[in-house]
Amino acid sequence: MTMTAMASMIRFLPAQISMAPPIEDYFRLLPELVLSIFGMIVMVVDPLLDPERNQKPIGAIALLGVLAALASTFTMAAYPGTAFSGMIRVDGFSVFFHVLVIAISTVVILSSYEYMAVQRIRAGEYYGLVLLCTVGMCLMSSAVELVLIFIALEISSISTYVLAGFRRRDAASSESSLKYFLLGSFATAFFLYGVALMFGATGSTNITAIRESLAAGRNDLLPYVAVALMFIGLGFKVASAPFHIWTPDVYEGAPAPIVGLMSTGPKAAAFAVLIRVLIETRAPGWFWLLWVSAALSMTIGNLGALLQDNVKRLLAYSSIAHAGYLLVAFVANPELGTSPAMFYTAAYAAMNVGAFAVVSHFANAGEKYVTLEDYAGLGRKSPVLAATFTFFLMSLIGIPITGGFFAKFYVLNAALKSGLVGLAIILVLNSAVGAYYYLRIIVMMYMREPRGEVPVRPLPPAAGFAIAICVLVTLYLGVFPGRLLNFTTQSGNQLVRGTATSVPGLQRP
Amino acid sequence: MNTASLNPIILSLVTFIPAVGGLLILLIPRRDRDIKLFALVISILAFVASLHLPVHLHRSLAGFQFEIDKPWITSPNIHYHMGIDGISVWLVVLTTFLTPLCVLISWTSIHERVKEFFILLLLLETALIGVFTALDLFLFYFFWEGTLIPMALLIGMYGHGRKVYAAVKYFLFTMIGSMFMLAAIVWLYAKTGSFDFIVIQQAIRTGNVAGFASAAPWLFLGFFVAFAVKVPLFPLHTWLPDAHVEAPTAGSVLLAGVLLKMGTYGLLRFDVGLFPEQARQNAPWIMFLALIGIIYGALVSMVQPNMKKLIAYSSVSHLGFVVLGIFSFTTAGLNGAVFVMLAHGVATGGLFMLAGILYERRHTYTISDFGGLATPMPKYAAFFLVTVLASVGLPMLNGFIGEFLVLSGAFQARPIYGILAATGVIWSSCYLLWMYQRVFFGKVTHEINSTLPDLDLREKSAMLPIALAALVMGVAPLLWLGAIDPAVQAALAPYAQLAAKVVGQ
Repeated sequence: MTMTAMASMIRFLPAQISMAPPIEDYFRLLPELVLSIFGMIVMVVDPLLDPERNQKPIGAIALLGVLAALASTFTMAAYPGTAFSGMIRVDGFSVFFHVLVIAISTVVILSSYEYMAVQRIRAGEYYGLVLLCTVGMCLMSSAVELVLIFIALEISSISTYVLAGFRRRDAASSESSLKYFLLGSFATAFFLYGVALMFGATGSTNITAIRESLAAGRNDLLPYVAVALMFIGLGFKVASAPFHIWTPDVYEGAPAPIVGLMSTGPKAAAFAVLIRVLIETRAPGWFWLLWVSAALSMTIGNLGALLQDNVKRLLAYSSIAHAGYLLVAFVANPELGTSPAMFYTAAYAAMNVGAFAVVSHFANAGEKYVTLEDYAGLGRKSPVLAATFTFFLMSLIGIPITGGFFAKFYVLNAALKSGLVGLAIILVLNSAVGAYYYLRIIVMMYMREPRGEVPVRPLPPAAGFAIAICVLVTLYLGVFPGRLLNFTTQSGNQLVRGTATSVPGLQRP
Repeated sequence: MNTASLNPIILSLVTFIPAVGGLLILLIPRRDRDIKLFALVISILAFVASLHLPVHLHRSLAGFQFEIDKPWITSPNIHYHMGIDGISVWLVVLTTFLTPLCVLISWTSIHERVKEFFILLLLLETALIGVFTALDLFLFYFFWEGTLIPMALLIGMYGHGRKVYAAVKYFLFTMIGSMFMLAAIVWLYAKTGSFDFIVIQQAIRTGNVAGFASAAPWLFLGFFVAFAVKVPLFPLHTWLPDAHVEAPTAGSVLLAGVLLKMGTYGLLRFDVGLFPEQARQNAPWIMFLALIGIIYGALVSMVQPNMKKLIAYSSVSHLGFVVLGIFSFTTAGLNGAVFVMLAHGVATGGLFMLAGILYERRHTYTISDFGGLATPMPKYAAFFLVTVLASVGLPMLNGFIGEFLVLSGAFQARPIYGILAATGVIWSSCYLLWMYQRVFFGKVTHEINSTLPDLDLREKSAMLPIALAALVMGVAPLLWLGAIDPAVQAALAPYAQLAAKVVGQ
């Protein structure tokens, strides 16, 4: 290596790289560290146990892992600021998404607890991958460096590609995995290309530096192209139209608890990244991009869902529609839209993970019972299961006393305040269409005669606990949304104004 | 005990007693008798508690009373704001009055999934009361949508025939209508920063809402569509006959008795209360639609072979009177409209209960399956006659007062409308009395009907309050109108100013 090359490399190295990072940096990364350690423990313990009966002990270790990670978010929140030479930043925003994605994983692990035994799935890799996927999602929300964001995105994506194929005996599951993998890698490649162009345009991959560079305002086409390419990658992850084609097939084939995870966790994390790269950097030129994508997602999702007879496919289209509702918040004025977007991801996670917990319990061995017809008369056969599913569906429709209502309400409010009357009208009309297909499931459960051949197992404790958590959170967000909204408003505003230096408290506003 | 000390919390009590009772039913083991008794006790308790309201209401005052105003959610600025005036107080009492009767009338007709039935019924009652007591637009919307699912489930789970179709149709009509209302509410919030009805009303009256002039026609329509679907105003009424015919008896009673009044109450409180100018401008075509509803509903009733469908279409006709009265913007018209709401709730609720009693015995609503029922069922025939006459509008019974006031109000506002609407009264006596004649008079035409048992004690105790209420309301309407009038006068104040302005020009 020539002297000049070395000199130029040294010039790029920040000053403190020679020293080991201070101990606080590790605290800022504590949830990810805890999750990775537990992920490795799970993989190590797996071969030591009898493969036929190891599902429950390994599930318990994984559960312990996510609970420890959840606890360690408190430590993380106590050390706001950047770490590892400005690679990650702990602020209200990242704490919010850490808690959210770890909580999602907790519920998913709970609802997988008995599911694994019923579906006869090898537990070690499954739980290990769930934990690693969570690491990736956590890192996505705190990374403020495009390359690290990309790596985090890949960690979470590759885990979910594999997880989607876990029902090995079922061809649909393999199809799901392969389709997700091929299209997903293609989409992340777009993201990477966007990162490269953004680096070319601004000379940096750091979010703050990009923001400053863009604010300096060189009139250049490059940032526009970069933003569009990055949006393709992220649009794929959040299943927004026109990058949604994979969603129904993948959701149909993947194991139901994993669909619960895929449709909320990586989606929430990808929305977090979207907020970072679009709103925090104040990147130009995405208004119409997102406007069109939001309108398309809402319309395609809802119209597509009307035609489905498979509940998993129906919920897949519904998740496309909800991605559309969420994007409406992005299109709104950032000061108004960021907080509703964050709130929406949380409310959507609670109701959708809950819905999939019900679906995965009901599906039974080999996921045999997933069509709408199978749900006929569930209200008679299992009143509890039917009532909770109805509650989640009410939330997805957006009926008051559920979190889904306030989520949609805040988005609508932000859109109207920002003068997006057209998009607001599309949202309202789509909600009306959406009510119909969710209602079809409710009608099936309560108003049709039960079919004898569909057995309903009694609800096991772990899955019952998972569903109860989701019901309580959805209800809490539907009756007392104030605290969470206050938190998202404060941390969202810090982010938008570029003053994210502390973690706001959860006190009553 | 001085019950006045309950004033600050009474509205919360009345509203949430049924819901809490409904949730407690969850804990009762599945012994149907216990569940029914408990539901009856709870609904009577709610009724007794609600009687506090008219007793302690200051009748001469126009504003809202028994107010509760606590911040609920700070962002957006939502308050738990409740209060009633002389109009809503009676609608609350009507709801709590009809619910115990619904419990009684469902005693034997509901024999499976009894637990769920009474839970839904009590949750529905809370939502209905909430609609009439809420003064925060958001809270109002909350309760408004809260009526949707319980009612749809009651129809879809316990109805007959094409129950699923009816339930889904009901749900979608109402849901789509209320979406527009939500959009209008959010617009008002975005501009005023408040959901509080009184605050928004003040802001509009003092002209402090930016962009109001251009948006007001749309806002008026946004609210109007939601309410018109519920009333139902012609031509949005098509869900009603389906829902009524397929619904279980208790569902029909609450649907006709209270749910439809949510629409007319909404028109009066929000559309007329918030947008006086737009209400005035739109009055001609709305009155026209109401008039069509009156005559069309009556004519369709005339040819119905199905007793329940006949009563359902008679509701379209009667509710037309209410809308006509409201949009006449006269004191008499509004007083009458409110009174018709109450009278219709009692009389039509009663008719649906009677139809349900007959259905339990014969499993049919077809009029031609009956005939000469007065012989085997004299007591039933007597109650039916009182209720029919109340509905027809016989003086001394409750239907007369309201319709007379509405007609006089409509005549003051637009004579031709008054004259045409008056024919509706004649039509209604035609179809109802003709139905009565076919069902009760003459010889028993079907052998099976000659052995039908007459009313038992439970059914009598369900029907007696209806007959008494119809009579008392007809003889002493001032007990009700005394409280209604000041509230109506207050609602009309801006219209008098508007009229003066028009004359002044």
